[in-house]
Amino acid sequence: MSEDRKLEGRKIRIRVPVLARVEGEGALDLSIENGMLSELRLEIYEPPRFFEQFLIGNPAQDVIDRVARICGICPVAYQMSAVQALEAIYGVEPSLWAQAMRRVMYCGEWLQSHSLHIHLLAAPDFFGVNSAAELARLDAHAVRRGLRLQGLGNALIALFGGRSVHPVGVRVGGFHSAPSLVDVSAVTERLREARTEADELLRWVASWSLPDDNQDFTSLALRHPGEYPILRGRLVSDAGHDLPIDQFDTHMREFQAPHSTALHALLDDKPYLVGPLARLNLNADCLPDELRALLAEVGLELPSRNMFHSALARAAEIWLAVNEALSILQDYAVPDSPYVEHQPCEGEGVGCTEAPRGVLWHRYTTDANGNVKTARIVPPTSQNQARIEDDLRQSLLRLGLDKPEDELRLHGEKVIRNYDPCISCATHFLRLRVVRS
Amino acid sequence: MATSKPSIAVHKFSSCDGCQLAFLNLGEDLLQLMELVDVRHFAEAGILDEEADVDIAFVEGSLSTPQDLERIQQVRAHAKYLITIGACATAGGLQALRNLADAKEWVAAVYAQPEYIASLDKVQPIRAAVPVDFELWGCPVNGRQVVAAVRALLFGVAPIDAKDKVCMECKRQQAVCVMVARGEACLGPVTRTGCGALCPSFGRACYGCYGAAENANAVSLGMRMQGLGLPAEQIAQHFETTTNQSPLFAQATARWRGQHG
Repeated sequence: MSEDRKLEGRKIRIRVPVLARVEGEGALDLSIENGMLSELRLEIYEPPRFFEQFLIGNPAQDVIDRVARICGICPVAYQMSAVQALEAIYGVEPSLWAQAMRRVMYCGEWLQSHSLHIHLLAAPDFFGVNSAAELARLDAHAVRRGLRLQGLGNALIALFGGRSVHPVGVRVGGFHSAPSLVDVSAVTERLREARTEADELLRWVASWSLPDDNQDFTSLALRHPGEYPILRGRLVSDAGHDLPIDQFDTHMREFQAPHSTALHALLDDKPYLVGPLARLNLNADCLPDELRALLAEVGLELPSRNMFHSALARAAEIWLAVNEALSILQDYAVPDSPYVEHQPCEGEGVGCTEAPRGVLWHRYTTDANGNVKTARIVPPTSQNQARIEDDLRQSLLRLGLDKPEDELRLHGEKVIRNYDPCISCATHFLRLRVVRS
Repeated sequence: MATSKPSIAVHKFSSCDGCQLAFLNLGEDLLQLMELVDVRHFAEAGILDEEADVDIAFVEGSLSTPQDLERIQQVRAHAKYLITIGACATAGGLQALRNLADAKEWVAAVYAQPEYIASLDKVQPIRAAVPVDFELWGCPVNGRQVVAAVRALLFGVAPIDAKDKVCMECKRQQAVCVMVARGEACLGPVTRTGCGALCPSFGRACYGCYGAAENANAVSLGMRMQGLGLPAEQIAQHFETTTNQSPLFAQATARWRGQHG
């Protein structure tokens, strides 16, 4: 057999065992035929946990406590989207105090989740190491700063929820309890000190050598006049969408792909991006002047088409979360009541908030007792799944399919991790299988 | 690598990731922990060697797919001590609620093409498949619990098994009893301590995150709830906690569902 024929008939099957530093498990399947990408799939094995079913027949507080268990990293986001939908049904509007404090609590989750991602999950990719523990040997200062910011995020959540994972404070109409002045001033003090650290963190991330990979994609995020979006707004995109949240499903369609237990979502039949970079792209004008100046100084032009700017977007949102929480808590006063009363009733309602990973949309219908009749939850990672596959296709082609498997794998992992996918119910790991023929 | 430090691994099964966060949320203590022990496998933290032999394997999550059953055997084979962390690993977790229903119907309700979904008929705790040396309860477990367990084993002693009731902790904190003062259906009298009596201190009823306490009397608590005017169905719902498959809560749920139906 000639050398050529050998190559032609070559079929290589590679299993690179594990993609670490993602939340949960998935797999990446690549087939390369005659130097062309013939198949590319991001698999998600999340064993079905049937959360929507667990909500049926249950009263509001059980719904709030249960949806938290979908994700240990963003339980606040799940609780907030749910409580918002239920409040829409019961016709109850929380006090201005409760609305402001929910924003602070949510800032805590952004701070916690983004810091965890930047330092424990993403940064090692850009320093040629495998873990934050290894990174700490190279740059202990940066890792310790990151863990402190993460801890501060947890403290903010615990201030209103008792603990940062599956907090217990949120209820229909507001909160179960209001934190004391003493507890608030202790956290405020830490926030004040963290301002400099947030500044340094942003500059540090800007110094990473992020790949320059401009792509064409649609960003989708909430938008509300005069504020950076967290808990309210209309759903807007740079493809011209401007929808009230209860109209989202007239443009967004979910479908099931054979290789994934997470439903995929498309916006008018096209992949789209949700998350920090999408938020920043659509809401740059709502950033405080100081942050805008800082971003200009480090050279981030918005909107950005470079997906790898997501890391910088997370750092910017950490800056925002620290400063925003501080400015709201500075004038903290204990309210007469942390919640307003409500009467559960029949109806239909939608809730939509910006989870750390992007738009998190809930819709419920309730019976005459206010108990849940139907539930639908559209999480950010399933919305990003089609975009991630699109990105992988483009990035790997740009990298060159003739590159060694190791390099293809590493770049593929980097691309996927950049989205901070939360495959939180999953069991195994991301495995890369390259089949060449 | 030759080392005298004890080694640990953290494995994940079907879960929300929240109990692994007990490690990842330790802050700067996480770096100290990593100095004290040799972390051989912890995928989310970027340390990978699933088949490494370790002194302690921490396991998060419940068994819900046929592959899980094979993988847990491997985890057990490579670990001297196996410690489950959290409600999913110790009692099946919230997702074990599907054991009470027809899971196949549920798959059809959530997924358009149910034939793609491989799952076991019943969600199982780790103990159902392999011997477990120690169980840390909680939904979620917290950093204090996991660090205390590691510390105890570093000293060569068994970790302390906190089986007391939330009620006791609540009294020590001098929180106002939500059941006595406000007539709320609180699970504090039957739930294991560990959270610090969080819910009562927030003015709301305990909902059972830490599972059943030692010598708990769920029958009596159910009767008390009936006395508060709750219908049987609502009493059953109260026992459908994140540890709904722990025998005490499973029996209580069955009892009140039975009376309802």
